[in-house]
Order: sequence, then C-alpha cells, then structure tokens
Amino acid sequence: MSPVQHSVLAADLAANEASEHRPLIITLFAVFVVATLVITVWAGRQTKDAADFYAGGRQFSAFQNGLAVSGDYMSAASFLGIAGAIAIFGYDGFLYSIGFLVAWLVALLLVAEPLRNSGRYTMGDVLAYRMRQRPVRTAAGTSTIVVSIFYLLAQMAGAGVLVSLLLGITSDAGKILIVALVGVLMIVYVSIGGMKGTTWVQMVKAVLLIGGTLLITFLVLLKFDFNISDLLGTAAENSGKGAAFLEPGLQYGATGTSKLDFISLGIALVLGTAGLPHILIRFYTVPNAKAARKSVNWAIGIIGAFYLMTIALGFGAAALISQKEIIESNPSGNTAAPLLALHIGGVDSAWGAILLATISAVAFATILAVVAGLTLASSSSFAHDIYANVIRKGRATEKEEMKAARWATVFIGVVSIALGALARDLNVAGLVALAFAVAASANLPTILYSLFWKRFTTQGALWSIYGGLIVAVGLVLFSPVVSGDPKAMFPDVDFAWFPLKNPGIISIPFGFLMGWLGTVLSKEEPDAAKYAELEVRSLTGTGAH
Amino acid sequence: MATDAPPPSKEQHRLPSPEEFSEVQQSAEFGELRRSFRSFAFPLTIAFVAWYLLYVLLSNYAGGFMGTELFGNINVAFVFGLAQFVTTFLIAWWYSRHAAAKLDPKAEAIKSRMEGGA
Repeated sequence: MSPVQHSVLAADLAANEASEHRPLIITLFAVFVVATLVITVWAGRQTKDAADFYAGGRQFSAFQNGLAVSGDYMSAASFLGIAGAIAIFGYDGFLYSIGFLVAWLVALLLVAEPLRNSGRYTMGDVLAYRMRQRPVRTAAGTSTIVVSIFYLLAQMAGAGVLVSLLLGITSDAGKILIVALVGVLMIVYVSIGGMKGTTWVQMVKAVLLIGGTLLITFLVLLKFDFNISDLLGTAAENSGKGAAFLEPGLQYGATGTSKLDFISLGIALVLGTAGLPHILIRFYTVPNAKAARKSVNWAIGIIGAFYLMTIALGFGAAALISQKEIIESNPSGNTAAPLLALHIGGVDSAWGAILLATISAVAFATILAVVAGLTLASSSSFAHDIYANVIRKGRATEKEEMKAARWATVFIGVVSIALGALARDLNVAGLVALAFAVAASANLPTILYSLFWKRFTTQGALWSIYGGLIVAVGLVLFSPVVSGDPKAMFPDVDFAWFPLKNPGIISIPFGFLMGWLGTVLSKEEPDAAKYAELEVRSLTGTGAH
Repeated sequence: MATDAPPPSKEQHRLPSPEEFSEVQQSAEFGELRRSFRSFAFPLTIAFVAWYLLYVLLSNYAGGFMGTELFGNINVAFVFGLAQFVTTFLIAWWYSRHAAAKLDPKAEAIKSRMEGGA
C-alpha cells in the first residue's frame, strides 16, 4: 500500500504534458547542476583554512550575503508549501508568509549582530562562550543537527513530489533514487565547496527563484488585468468555498483545538527564524556586525517581496486550477505552483510545458541549495562543536576538524535520504514549521539568555536546550503529523494523543521556563568575568574574528 | 565580486585581558551603549510580537470583523496581513537608522580604544 496512489491521476496528466518536453526539463536540471558543480569546485580550490570552510573567508559583501540568506531561507516550504497551502485553504495559508517574514525582526534586533561579534563558526560558539564548554557544546551540536534534520525532511519531501509530477515516476524505487541523487549532490556541494561554494550556490538560486516567481506573478496578474480584487474573487469562486476562502478560519477555524493549533503555528513561525542554525552561521560570512545588519536588511527586502508574490502564486493557482486537480496531484497542495505554471502557459501548449519545466527546475534548484545549507550547518556544528571541542577537547588541528566535517556531511546526507522517504504526503510548509518550533524552543531561549541575562548558568543552558528540544520533538512524535491521520508519516497506526500539529505553544514557553528554572536552581555561580567579555564583545565587536 | 568587501584581518587583534573587559563593562560609557541598545530593541521587540499576535488572535476569534469587505473582494484580513509586511519593513529601517546614529559610534569608540591599547 503506497501513500502516493491517489496522486497518480493528476501526476500522470502533468507528466504527459511534460513528457513531450522531457529533454527540455532534463536539460534545465542538468544546466543548473553542472553550473553549481563548477562553482563548487572553483570555491573548493579557494578553500584553504577553517575560516574559509566554515565562514566563506568572511569576505562576502552585505548584499551578497543578504541574497544568500534569502536563498537559504526561501526553501521548498516557501515556494511549494505556501503556494499549496493558500491554493487549498485560502487565507489561512497566508499566515506562513507573514510569520516567516516578521520573524526576521527578531534576528535583526536581537541576534544577528551580537552573534557575529562574539562567535566564530557555529551557534554553539555563542551558547558555550561563558559556560562549561563540553556539555553546552554537546547540547548545541545536538540541537543544531535535530533542527536541520527536520528541515531536511521537508526539502526531501518536496524533491520527491516534484519528481513524481515531472517525470511521472510514482514507484517508490524511482522516488528513492531521486532523493538519493539529491543527497549525493548535497554531499558533493558541501564537502568540496564548504561555505564559500554553498554561499554562491545560494545566490544563484535566490536569483533564479525570484526571477521565476516574478515571471509567474506577472503572468497571473496580466490575466486579471492587474486587478487583485478580481484575482481574489475568481479564486474564491473557483475554490467552491466563496467568501470564506478569503477569510481566516478555513483550515484552522473549525474547532477550539484547531484554533489553538493556529496560534501555536503562529508563535513557532515568528520565534523560530532567529534560532535556525543554518541561518545563524550565514552572519559569519561577512566582515563585521554592521555588514551582518545590512545583510539582514537586504534579506528582509528580498524575502518580503517574495512572500508578497506568494499571494499571486497561491490565489492564482486557486483561481485557475480546479481544487480537484490540485488535491489529486498532491493532497497537501505541494504541486500547486508548478501546476499553475502549466496552466498559465496553456495546458496543451508548448509554452505551458516550457513554463512547467522552468518552474520545476527553479524549485529543484531551491531544494538543492537549501539542502546544502542545512547540511553545512549540521556538519560544521558536528565538527567544530562536538568533534573538535568535546571529543578532542580543543586539541584537533584545523585539518582534522575539516576532515571530520566532511565525514559528517556524508553521514547526514545518508540519514536525510532515509528519512526523506517517510514524509511525502505532508505539506512541506507544515514540516518546516516543525523545524521552526524546535528551533524556537531549544535554541532561541538559550541564545537570548546567554546574550542578555547576567545570571544565566551552564545548568540553565542545558535545561533550556534539552528541555525545549525533548518537549518539542516529543510532542511532534505523538501528534497527528506522525500517526493517526491519513496524511501522517505512519497513517496506519495511531498513537497521536497530542492533538496539535505544531508543538510551539507548549514547547517554546517550556524552553524559556527551563532556562530560567535551571539557572535559579543551579549551585554554581555564573562566570562574571566571562559574561563581561561576552557582553562587551557582543555589543562592540572588540576582538571579533 | 567576492572581494568588494574590505578583507577581514586574518591576524588576530590583541584580545584585551579579563580585567579590561570587566572594567569596560562597568564603565559609564559602556552602560550608555547598553542602555541605548536595550531601551530601543527590547520594547520594540515586545511591540512587534504583540502586534503580530494581535493579528493571529483576530484571525482566530474575530472572523466576522476580519471578513468585512473594504473594497471589492479585499477584506480587513487581507489589509491586516499587508500591514504586517509594511510594519516589518518600517521597523527594519527604523532600527538600522537608530543603530547607525546611536550605537555604531559608541561601539566603534570602545572597540578601537580596547584593541588599540596594545
């Protein structure tokens, strides 16, 4: 019994359109892969020391990094997931766009600059700064890897969905092959190109994604004579849900529980960004904190523009494609954006097939780039936090550290390929929101306490990281995302006693509470001298690397 | 292209001693920097999180109000959503202006004094 059975119909439809132009699709994919591999090899040759590998030599300009941050952030969740969520649930899907954007203010105001000033390569550098190194680095590394794997899961789900749409591959073996190909590419990008290669890949991808989205947005608006009210009206009518489609509540308004789920999701989105390790390490690629601030500003501009365009993507899909076709193609709407490209170009025309191929190639590029960024974050943290500082107690050479990072890349690649097969039918934006919830529960409280609370102790840091992490992941495990729901990873069993799909509303306050409790209950005194050092460095940039 | 930013210094700056850090942390000048950072960033963070939560809560519990049509098919919910975009852009701009005017000069002064004292 395969969970992809119901997607066969519409996938066939699109695949038939695509099949005549399959050489084109494969060419576009191949061009992107070859171009990025060339960049990777070039960057690999310039990667000489650890600062190159982990932080791209800290030589990128604020604009370049802003573009790369946007590339790292606008994942398959944003492109495929949000468009799909809006196409099916209308206004409720738009919450993702808003939450994902507003969240950047937390990063801008509280985290980006202090982190750039006081850290070196990883999130763990800042968390462990004034604490006992080994336990806190172990915790930071663990949570970095867990968050990144959740995020990877979503990207792999997106890759599987795309491929079945485009190439008509619906067999499990075929999908696993594609997911494996993505995995191998990401291992190559990261282990050879390091941060330098990955940053360039992100920039290329961001330009492609913005370009593709602009094109589709323009074509959608053109169809409605640039009258947004018309677009919304047609979407509402075509969705069969009328005015309710444009109002909040279609997905989350049914019961008190689903309303709580909406709040939970909303909190996770807004507090998650500033705790995402693959985003945080991007701030190390610029020369100083001022450049980090500027790169966040660029990112806010680019990402904001992109999320505004998700309105056209999502409501455009709802207006121009029947609900039946969207849902049959993928129960969570993950294929709405590529389907929109096909429809806007004309279902039976070459132009439609070309647009479909282009948008799918863009989505594929998006997935590859984000996967590379996530892998880099987790393998860096493994090598720098866990291997160099915990296992080797700070006595590893740079060469050994980089070697460990490369091996970690292979390991994480294999794990995410294995997990990727499990999550095909879940909305990829929903999956990413879980990574946000874990990041907001385990990482954000610890980062904020470390930077701004004088009394914070090692025990407090450990309690907030592990407390937030265990509760967030535990609640997900017993939620309808994993079991007891037709779209769950394991639809045939039911151990979902926690009713919410997103754990944020419980796990985030719990992370903050544990950090406070661990601190007030700890017997050790906080290290005042180390806090003085961290505080002065984080605000002034004194001695920044 | 990758080189249009000033190259970071590869050699390590002299890192001041723990005593110097503690001394600076206690100084009035640093206290002033900390105050102008925190008194700006903290309340503003609370404000935009509250503003965002207001939007989430209204979406949940004030469906009728959010569904009010303003012009054509554009309703209050839609305008509220767009307003979140606008405030995000404005706050980012406002903070950056504050940082450039009030924080950077103070931070620069302390940093160059501490690093230059070799």
